[in-house]
Amino acid sequence: MSGERYTKDHDFLRVEGDAAIVGITDFAQAQLGDIVFVELPAPGKRVAKGEQLATIESVKAASEVYAPVSGEVLEVNAALEAAPAKVNEDPLGEGWLVKLRVTDAAELEELMDEDAYRAFLESEG
Amino acid sequence: MLDHKEDLAVGTFSGNRGLDQEEPPIFEIGRPETSGVDMEEPAHFEPRLGGLERERPIGLPGVSEPEAMRHYVRLSRKNYSIDAGLYPLGSCTMKHNPRLNEKMARLEGFADIHPLQPQSTAPGALALMEELSRWLLALTGMSAIALSPKAGAHGELCGLMAIEAALEARGEAETRKTILIPQSAHGTNPASAALLGFRPRAIEAGADGVVSEEAVAKELGPDVAAIMLTNPNTCGLFERNVVAIARRVHEAGGYFYCDGANFNAIAAIARPGDMGVDAMHLNLHKTFSTPHGGGGPGSGPVVLSERLAPFAPVPFLSRDGETIRLVEHREGAQSFGRLTAFHGQFGSFVRALAYILSHGSDGLAQASRDAVLSANYLRAALRDVMTQPFGDRACMHEVLFDDAFLEGTGVTTLDFAKAMIDEGYHPMTIYFPLVVHGAMLIEPTESESKRSLDLFVATLRDLVASAKRGETDRFTRAPRLAPRRRLDETAAARKPVLRWSGA
Repeated sequence: MSGERYTKDHDFLRVEGDAAIVGITDFAQAQLGDIVFVELPAPGKRVAKGEQLATIESVKAASEVYAPVSGEVLEVNAALEAAPAKVNEDPLGEGWLVKLRVTDAAELEELMDEDAYRAFLESEG
Repeated sequence: MLDHKEDLAVGTFSGNRGLDQEEPPIFEIGRPETSGVDMEEPAHFEPRLGGLERERPIGLPGVSEPEAMRHYVRLSRKNYSIDAGLYPLGSCTMKHNPRLNEKMARLEGFADIHPLQPQSTAPGALALMEELSRWLLALTGMSAIALSPKAGAHGELCGLMAIEAALEARGEAETRKTILIPQSAHGTNPASAALLGFRPRAIEAGADGVVSEEAVAKELGPDVAAIMLTNPNTCGLFERNVVAIARRVHEAGGYFYCDGANFNAIAAIARPGDMGVDAMHLNLHKTFSTPHGGGGPGSGPVVLSERLAPFAPVPFLSRDGETIRLVEHREGAQSFGRLTAFHGQFGSFVRALAYILSHGSDGLAQASRDAVLSANYLRAALRDVMTQPFGDRACMHEVLFDDAFLEGTGVTTLDFAKAMIDEGYHPMTIYFPLVVHGAMLIEPTESESKRSLDLFVATLRDLVASAKRGETDRFTRAPRLAPRRRLDETAAARKPVLRWSGA
């Protein structure tokens, strides 16, 4: 499986080998506005799908990011501590949040692919 | 002209910067043995506090009178106020408070009365409250008034409680639980609704920034208790479909709560009662120039339509011939009850009435027009360099810009606002309303001179040009000339330090 996968909470997940990069979508960052703070989990933490993974605070609101799949936190994007605006500038690239070791590959199949996510965005208006 | 590349944080030996004196917290100045007053050691006595005596010193700082005076004067000099300069936050926080209001509020007969003294000994105070009520009802075109709410959000609660009582009387309190609220609303609207157990439901504004009749109509149903609409809205635009929206809401059995925060744009020109409003609060500091924002208590009288009038809270004023009485108990009426102890912010009533009487209805209309004119003057003077989210059209008393003009400069709305501090201006409202990206909402108010507005415009134009030239440091490192540099607002909110814990 390649490419990005998406959730209805506007998070993305990109599989890289055994691990997956998790972040928020361009739509999500635009909705949040200027991001001023990102709180990331400690490496080694295990999360179940749907559990809180990170907190993103923008000039508008503080929002939770939920784990799109179950896994163990391998690495976090420490650069965001000093430069949270990277999430605005490049959400799918330099603004990634967490690298997870996916523990249940079947959960990946439940996520939307890019076309499905686009259709979902349009249906949401 | 400043060299924007150079860091201007000048290090001095004393920490003072010229006449801007550095001042530590009072706990770091005070010593327990210091006092402004020499007190004799008390003679020996047996405490009779039943073992509840204080075991350790209380730890309050002891300072001499000059130390205390200097401390607060120095802090006050770091403050920015409407008495020091243009305040683009506008009436939300503070607009010019005419000194005549203050003089009236200090008259002994008004200043030295007490809410617990017998009503018969304060007929003048009651007459003043009645006169103010009459003016507020005439200006809004409504039927009844509650003077007691202590601020705008408290007024929202009051109006919604009247709506709840009316629904109860109709037997629909259990079925009508939804309140429609546009996404641009003040956050207090959904909060007030939720506090009373209503469910707020968002309605979308159109591309023109206002709510359409259709957008409301498709949300209406037997579950809708009311709509809460701000007019003019928080984008500074007049909700021009308001009459049709009110008719639709009424036809569907709901009530119309108007957030009156922006009444200062239309006072003495248009009456909310004529727009179909059932309940509305008036922020006396916004429209009627009472002190606010650290300077004085809020006051949010609520006016009610004929349909909601029977449910108004106690106390209310009642006249019998020449005698005015404050009705303190429900006395079998349908009133929803009591909202506060006593009768509201009397000092604000005096100031508001002084403002109203010194202006007259023609003067109030001029103040509204001048507020709208000032905002449109700024809009016209800045529209070629800043961007408006809903196209180039006339605004009311506030002009709203978004951050599209900053795109690609590396400067955010927050940076832009901070750079204004270095130029000697308090920033405008930023990032509100939430529906507009990087919002900058400017309310110059009616009291700024053309000279003052022109200087403000020239400053903003210079900042925009600077951002576009790529002088990013002037913004991202701002403020450089304020008593404090850029604060970590996120950490302050997430990990607040609320207690002094030693130097």
